[in-house]
Amino acid sequence: MIEFSLAEIAQALASREISSVELTGLYLDRIARHNPQLNAFITVNAERSLAQARAADDRLARGDAQVLTGIPIAHKDIFCARDWLTTCGSKMLGNFVSPYDAAVISRFHEAGAVLLGKTNMDEFAMGSSTETSFYGPTANPWALDRVPGGSSGGSAAAVAARLAPAATGTDTGGSIRQPAALCNLSGMKPTYGVISRYGMIAFASSLDQAGPLARSAADCALLLNCMAGFDERDSTSLDRPREDFSRELTAAASSRPLAGLRIGLPEQFFGDGCSPEVMQLVEAAIAEYRNLGAETVAVSLPSMQLSVAAYYVIAPAEASSNLARFDGVRYGYRAPAYDDLTDMYCKSRAQGFGAEVKRRILIGTYVLSHGYYDAYYLQAQRIRRLIASDFAEAFRQCEVIIGPTSPSTAFRLGEKAADPVQMYLSDIYTIAVNLAGLPGISIPCGFAAGLPAGLQLIGNYFTEARLLNVAHRYQQATDWHLQCPAGHA
Amino acid sequence: MSLTLEQVHRIAHLARIEVDEAEARRTLGQLNEIFSLIETMQAVDTQGVEPMAHAQELAQRLRPDCVTENDQLALRAAFQAIAPEAEAGLYLVPKVIE
Repeated sequence: MIEFSLAEIAQALASREISSVELTGLYLDRIARHNPQLNAFITVNAERSLAQARAADDRLARGDAQVLTGIPIAHKDIFCARDWLTTCGSKMLGNFVSPYDAAVISRFHEAGAVLLGKTNMDEFAMGSSTETSFYGPTANPWALDRVPGGSSGGSAAAVAARLAPAATGTDTGGSIRQPAALCNLSGMKPTYGVISRYGMIAFASSLDQAGPLARSAADCALLLNCMAGFDERDSTSLDRPREDFSRELTAAASSRPLAGLRIGLPEQFFGDGCSPEVMQLVEAAIAEYRNLGAETVAVSLPSMQLSVAAYYVIAPAEASSNLARFDGVRYGYRAPAYDDLTDMYCKSRAQGFGAEVKRRILIGTYVLSHGYYDAYYLQAQRIRRLIASDFAEAFRQCEVIIGPTSPSTAFRLGEKAADPVQMYLSDIYTIAVNLAGLPGISIPCGFAAGLPAGLQLIGNYFTEARLLNVAHRYQQATDWHLQCPAGHA
Repeated sequence: MSLTLEQVHRIAHLARIEVDEAEARRTLGQLNEIFSLIETMQAVDTQGVEPMAHAQELAQRLRPDCVTENDQLALRAAFQAIAPEAEAGLYLVPKVIE
C-alpha cells in the first residue's frame, strides 16, 4: 500500500479495499516509528487526523468522494491550519494555534483529504537544509547524517520515508525542487499566482509559491488539481479557467511519446558549478529524453549567474517588510521582561527569531534604507528583468529547459551551516525560475554513491500540464522515482 | 563595500532586533561576506532596463468596502485568544504615553 500511487490509493478507497481510518492509522504508525530518527514532523495529532478520516469514510460510503477523499496528506508548517499549531519552524510562532485555514488547507479539506500532520522546515522558509528550524534539523531518509534539503525538508523526508503518501511545500528560491532532488521525489513549483498564498506565512511575497511534493509527476498533477485556483483573498492570485493538470498523462504510451519536443539546454546549467557525478546523471537523463523522441537545442541564460546575488537583495528586502508583523503584540512570542514598548519589540524579535532569519532581516533593512535603495534594490529588480528576458528568449527556441536541480547530492548535516554564502549558492539552478515566476519541476534521475540526484524541467508560464507530461513520460521509461530508501519499504 | 560595526547596530535598531556586542561582531563578518556576493551585481550595466517588481504584470483588484464576516465578536475572541496579552477586546502593550 505504501508504494501505491495516489490514483491507486483512491481506487483502493473507492473499492473499500481499505478505509481512510485504516490508511491514516497505517501512516500514523509509521510516523510514530520513524519520526524520532527523521524529525520530519513538528506536529502530529492522531485523534484529529482520525476524526477527519472517519468523516472521509462516511463521504466515501455516501458516494460523493473526490479523488483525494480519505488520502492523508502532510502539510508544511508554513500553512495556517485552524486549531493546529502552526510554527513556520520558528520559536516566534511556538505558541501560534491558527484561528483560520490557509486557502491550500481549505482546498484539501473540501476535497476530503486527511491532514496527517505539520512538517518541519527551515525557519520562515529561510534555508536550503532544514537546519535553521527551531525544532531541530530533519534527517535525509537516504542517509541520516545528511540534510534533506530545504526549506520544505520535513515534507520531502516524510514522503521519501513513506510516512505520508504526499505532501505540500512552498518554493521561494528552490524550496520544493531542491529537497525533491535530494530525497528522490517529484516536486513542482507552479507559475507564480496559480496557487493562492492566503494563509501561507509570507517570506518574499513576489516569489513565494506553494506546490506538491510526491513520488511521481502523476501524483503531483492530482495534487495540483486540488491546490490550484483563483482566490480573491490573495491579490496576486490569477483568475484563470480551471484546468485538469493530468489531462496529457492519459495519452497512450508509445516508444517515442515526446517526438517533436524541443528541449533547451542552457550553457550556464552545464558549466563548472555542478559536481561531475550529478552532471553524469543529468546527461544520461537527457540521452533518455532523446530516446523518447525529443530533440535538444543549445540555449543561453546569460544573466543567470547573477540570480543568487539579485535574490539575496530582493528576498531579504521583502522578508524584512513581511516579518515586521512579528512584534509580540497580537500573536506569537513576547519576551518575558522589557523596559518599554520599543524594548519589547527589540527583545521579542531578538529572542523569537533565529540567526538566519535575523541575518536576512538585517540585509533587507539595509538594502531598503535611505541611500542604498537604488544601488541594491533597484539594481536587483533590473537584473530580475534581464533574467526573465533571458528565459523569454530561450523559450522562443525550445519548449522545455532542462538541467540539474541542485549542484550536488545531499550534503552532510552541519557541512554548510556555518557558511551562509555556500548555503546560498546551493540554490544556483533554482532561484532564477522564482525571479521570473516560471513553473519548474524536479524529478529523480539516478543515484551517486547511494544518494539521489534531481533533474530540473522548466517551462514557460502556465505550461504545468505539459511539464508534468514531459516528466511523466520519463517516469514511464525509468524507475528512479520508484526507489525507496533502505529501512522504509 | 564594507559595513561597519556602527552600521550593524543602526540596522538592527531600525529592524527592532536587539543585538549585543558579540553578536554584532559575528553578524558584521557574515554580512560582509554576503554583500561581497551581492556586489557582483554592480558590474552589470542595467541602464535603461525597467525594474521588475513582480512576476506577473497585474493591476490591483478592488473589492467593495463592506463587512464580510458575520460573527465578529466570536472571531475577535478567537484571534485574541492567542494574543500575549488582551483584555476587553483590546491588545495590551506597555504604556506609551505617560
